[in-house]
Amino acid sequence: MTLPNSYMEYPNRRYGMDHQWYEWSMLKDRPEVSWPNNARVAIWVNVALEFFPLNQSPEPFKAPGGMVTAYPDLRHYTLRDYGNRVGVFRVFRLLDELGITPTVSFNSKVAERYPRLVAEVVQRDWEVIANGIDMGTIHHSGLAKDAETALIDESLTKLRDLSGQPVTGWLSPARSESMNTLDLLAARGVEYVGDWQNDDMPYAISTNTGQLYSMPMSHELDDQTIQLQYQQSETSFAEQIEDAMTVVYDESSACNGRIVSLVIHPWVSGQPHRIRALRRALTNVMRYDSVWSAPGSQILKAFQAG
Amino acid sequence: MPDSKTPFSDPADPGLYDYWPWEGRPKLTWPNGARVAFWVAPNIEFYELQSQPNPIRDAWNRPEPDVLNYSIRDYGNRVGMMRMMEVMDRYGVRGSVSLNVAVCEHHPELIEACVSRDWEIFSHGIYNTRYSYGMDEAQERAILEDSLETIERHTGQRLAGYLAPALTHTERTMDLLAEYGILYTCDLFCDDQPQPVNVRDKRLISIPYSLEMNDIIVYNSHQEPPRRYAEMLKTNFDQLYEDGAENGTVMCIPLHPYAVGRPHRISAFEEALEYITGHDEVWVTTGREIAEYFYDQHYDKAVISIAEANGRQGRDSA
Repeated sequence: MTLPNSYMEYPNRRYGMDHQWYEWSMLKDRPEVSWPNNARVAIWVNVALEFFPLNQSPEPFKAPGGMVTAYPDLRHYTLRDYGNRVGVFRVFRLLDELGITPTVSFNSKVAERYPRLVAEVVQRDWEVIANGIDMGTIHHSGLAKDAETALIDESLTKLRDLSGQPVTGWLSPARSESMNTLDLLAARGVEYVGDWQNDDMPYAISTNTGQLYSMPMSHELDDQTIQLQYQQSETSFAEQIEDAMTVVYDESSACNGRIVSLVIHPWVSGQPHRIRALRRALTNVMRYDSVWSAPGSQILKAFQAG
Repeated sequence: MPDSKTPFSDPADPGLYDYWPWEGRPKLTWPNGARVAFWVAPNIEFYELQSQPNPIRDAWNRPEPDVLNYSIRDYGNRVGMMRMMEVMDRYGVRGSVSLNVAVCEHHPELIEACVSRDWEIFSHGIYNTRYSYGMDEAQERAILEDSLETIERHTGQRLAGYLAPALTHTERTMDLLAEYGILYTCDLFCDDQPQPVNVRDKRLISIPYSLEMNDIIVYNSHQEPPRRYAEMLKTNFDQLYEDGAENGTVMCIPLHPYAVGRPHRISAFEEALEYITGHDEVWVTTGREIAEYFYDQHYDKAVISIAEANGRQGRDSA
């Protein structure tokens, strides 16, 4: 076996990135950003409301948290649905108490199946963002462009209709995109995506159909990643949130704001044995002077204003 | 029958080094009576969004573009690197950078930040998505020649070390490193001291890098939380410091700015660095300096001792 000569050629070996979506840029070289009231750190919490179909397809891969056993995997199906029935109310109550204004990402199937949850979010005046159709519907390059177009249209249309909001934020199920996803989203009025994990701050993405922004919606500091995937304790999860806050707060200033983002899955954090650690961590985060709890679109607006 | 193209006469044992039991070795000493040579090796990497297919290993777990995993890695270059670097500056630790050489072209700002701090740059292949598996000799030579030339052009440094890209090797890798005058490999994990490597011609040593203390192994493979990583690093150091009083040791912390440089993880690294550099009998150094010192002071003694341990006359001994 010998590798073809093409394996030794590097067509994209040049200054900057190996694609056209965004510019190479180090965080330390960016212009300063100020937040409303000279807050130092914007706290962006996203509550992810997800529907895992019992007949989840294994193609092209199963989203983390997906079905595990042979069909019918009632065990995992119901454990995930716990979040939408019970856990979500525990989480919303906690956010209410702490005065945290989150975004709430919806699989459009959740909004269709559980309109009560849309109502809970809308009456609080919280921002709805789109999270595709369900956790069994993955965006990937094996999808024909018109098939993916239909998925995005369905998700955005349903969520815009059901919430009455413009829905300008997007998170892909399992944070998976095709080469077309960003073009399709920008063409449909989506202004920011939370899939990309390469920055602490927003940055512009150019697509063939216009510009949108990447917003730093953390995957590494996420209840599911840390507690389910890494199997670390709820105490450790809370410590990691607090450690991140300490570091980012120290790096921020009144004239140069930063962001701490946190994704909460009610099927994870809404469990009785986990909610208290989350409460402890968020209470400590909100205790800092000059933090600003805000949803993605408001943080982006402040970022664009400079 | 062994493959005639390969130097491993026994495919069950690469024969890259001879057995050399820890007890009974001549005493390894470090400058100023230090017990431990301590070095930090950040991997500065570039993973290609759209990879060239390799028949042995896929570049990405998910269909391309694997936006999640690509962007997790890109974080190191945009954000994590400077956060890690500032911590190292604070404790006077120079890095020995395991570099995907194409970073010289993609992100010269990172290279300048290293060079201005007098950090060492060594090669970790061209991209972390180009594997050595399946390369013929000419192809593997091309990687090394590219590494030597590109690193010298961008840093003024003569390449001294090598960590195979994504830890992918061929049976001839070590021979080629020696042939090109590279001083040390980071790819062998069998010891707490530098080791002579058996190569066809010239000399090569392995320097303890560490999988066990590697942030990616701890965070992604063993999935330990950050505060536990701080504990592991400190305990690892304590033992090597204790053992180092009897016979000098090497401790390495291999890092990836995309892992260690996250806000929820950086203070664990800082805690360990403060602890380790707070000890007196530690030589805070680089891979190249360890290699040069070992060749100068210990290589010949090691070769003789290894030969004796294996019941023969010292190979290449003075």
